[in-house]
Amino acid sequence: MAGKGGVGKTTVSAALARAAALTGLSTLIIEVEGKSGLSTLFGQPAFDYDEVVLSPGGGPDGASDVRARTLTPDDALLEYLEDHGMNRISRRLAQSGALDMVSTAAPGIKDILILGKVKSIERETRANLRADLIVLDAPAAGHAISFLRSPRGLLDAVSVGPINAQARDVLEMLTDPSRCEVVLVTLPEETPVNELVETAYSLEDEVGISLGPVFVNGLYPPIAGLDTDPVEAARAAGAALHAGEADALRAAAGFRRHRMTLQAEQVERLGHLLPLPQIHVPFLFTADLGPDHVDLLAASIHQGITTMPDLNAPAGPTTGTSATTSAGPST
Amino acid sequence: MTTIHPSPLDSPLRALVQSSTIIVCTGSGGVGKTTTAAVIALEAARMGQRACVVTIDPAKRLADALGLEGLTNVPSKIDGDWPGELWAMMLDTKSTFDALVRKNADTDEQAEGILANRFYRNISGALSGTQEYMAMEKLYELHHEHDFDLIVVDTPPTRNALDFLEAPRRLTRFLDHRLYRILMAPTRGFVKAVNFAAQAFLHTVAKVVGGEVVEDAVMFFRAFDGMEQGFRERAEQVLELLTHDETTFLLVTAPRREVVDEATFFAAKLREADIPVRALIVNRMHPHFSDASPTAMQERSRTFGDADLAGLYANLADFVQVATNEEMHLAGLAAKISPAPVVRVPVLESDVHDLDGLGEIAHYLFGRDID
Repeated sequence: MAGKGGVGKTTVSAALARAAALTGLSTLIIEVEGKSGLSTLFGQPAFDYDEVVLSPGGGPDGASDVRARTLTPDDALLEYLEDHGMNRISRRLAQSGALDMVSTAAPGIKDILILGKVKSIERETRANLRADLIVLDAPAAGHAISFLRSPRGLLDAVSVGPINAQARDVLEMLTDPSRCEVVLVTLPEETPVNELVETAYSLEDEVGISLGPVFVNGLYPPIAGLDTDPVEAARAAGAALHAGEADALRAAAGFRRHRMTLQAEQVERLGHLLPLPQIHVPFLFTADLGPDHVDLLAASIHQGITTMPDLNAPAGPTTGTSATTSAGPST
Repeated sequence: MTTIHPSPLDSPLRALVQSSTIIVCTGSGGVGKTTTAAVIALEAARMGQRACVVTIDPAKRLADALGLEGLTNVPSKIDGDWPGELWAMMLDTKSTFDALVRKNADTDEQAEGILANRFYRNISGALSGTQEYMAMEKLYELHHEHDFDLIVVDTPPTRNALDFLEAPRRLTRFLDHRLYRILMAPTRGFVKAVNFAAQAFLHTVAKVVGGEVVEDAVMFFRAFDGMEQGFRERAEQVLELLTHDETTFLLVTAPRREVVDEATFFAAKLREADIPVRALIVNRMHPHFSDASPTAMQERSRTFGDADLAGLYANLADFVQVATNEEMHLAGLAAKISPAPVVRVPVLESDVHDLDGLGEIAHYLFGRDID
């Protein structure tokens, strides 16, 4: 999941994960930047490197669960070295704080460590640890490109050794559309739409990564009756308005109509600029988003996915860091 | 809870523009920092000052906002009908770093050796914090080498609130790193034992990242030898400038909860660093249509079934709810930065990408009449 700051990437990630879980998939959300408010959305305490269940689904082997964990480059490096029989190096690197140094020598090493860990989670076969769908809440837009470009860059910079092998494996995962897709999130506004289109083309051209549907977040749901003047509407309903109410109703109705027109224009413009299916996520007028709202958004995402044009195309393996594989088992 | 628009005379932001030589706009990504920075610089120019806005945002939004294409790493003057001067600049991280290397190198050969090194090319483009560091470096240079009355700087969209404050020290910390000293050992005549330990360490690192990377790094540090002092001194001077009385920090946010949470975290970090937030600017506030409670409006809506009036009340309830939420989200943050003023900018008709749009925001920030 990628998108610029403030477009609601985390909320959409949570809702997509929940939508997948509700179809019976075991779903794992991976955070890479920490402090995103994801746990609050599910009404749970904050989590860390260790995996937690954010939303239990009750199915066998974690089916229908939404789990989550945070990955940090340091932890991923230690784990990587230990898994590769380099315990001694791992201790030395940790003690000397050399990761910063090492990652400076070859930028993208931190990213590759994280993506490498994602790959090993994707390849996990143990029933209690594996996931049908991994939702990776990627760094904010500008960084998302360099994040996903890291394996290609590293292949150029480091031609041998374990990092090279890791980069190769990660690149294979990223560029295999049956295993991985990038889902871009945006708002129906001019600048976010422009940036999304730019990001989409960079990802396709520079990483060779396949793009899933675009999620357009924050669309005002339509309300009937907003074209009628309040005075007229009150007369029709046989109601009396309080003092000043007509003005407030009129101004609010005008505001929503106007914003909806602008949003529709941006949605259309996005469709012209980027020929990808769109999934529309409604704006919620509530104070604090919680599990019920995540479910509401999940329902609307599920609806969007099931009505997507290419749903009946031959499905890939059901495991992958992909959004479209969540349409795997039918409901 | 009605929104009070500042009148031109008592605008707290105008007072800050008058008393500051540097204004730093901080906040998370996507909250309108770049646009806010441009409006402030424009206002300074309208007040007769010689102002410059520096932007870092790779999305080139300032260029859009000012109707400019292709800003370079040197300020360019924007023509317009104001008594002062407005300059704008887009930061080019790499060429700023290159210039810094040239300036600190003893000889041209030393400079060229560093600039051509692969390891250097990696750090100058991608070392985390390099962008922040170069932004502050450029700020220092602009402050000392051009006589601007005011420089408004937009900070990179970072999750880590204080990256840009820590940035100047990051490179010097890097140079103080044990590994650096180990790498430098052979040229500094350490005893052979140390050299041997260094080689062993490099060997283990090379096992992980590959030998070429280590070799590049060693070459880089050898080429860099003797330049650290210049870099260290400069880093301290930049920090001094940032904590100076005439440097003002503004916090920019949007009123949504998750964004306000980040801004609150930011404010706390600034406070820890003894840097006061002088004003909070909240962009994209929803209008406040009514003082009635959202619950009452929803009840009215239900009374009217599926009549048009029901929809009208439901809609009003939605927006009253949003406006209430926004004020609620902001209350805690406003208390934390008190007595700094909170300046609210409503959701605008469309995205700002020209001087007229900036003028509209100036109306809310400075009480300017819309032209």
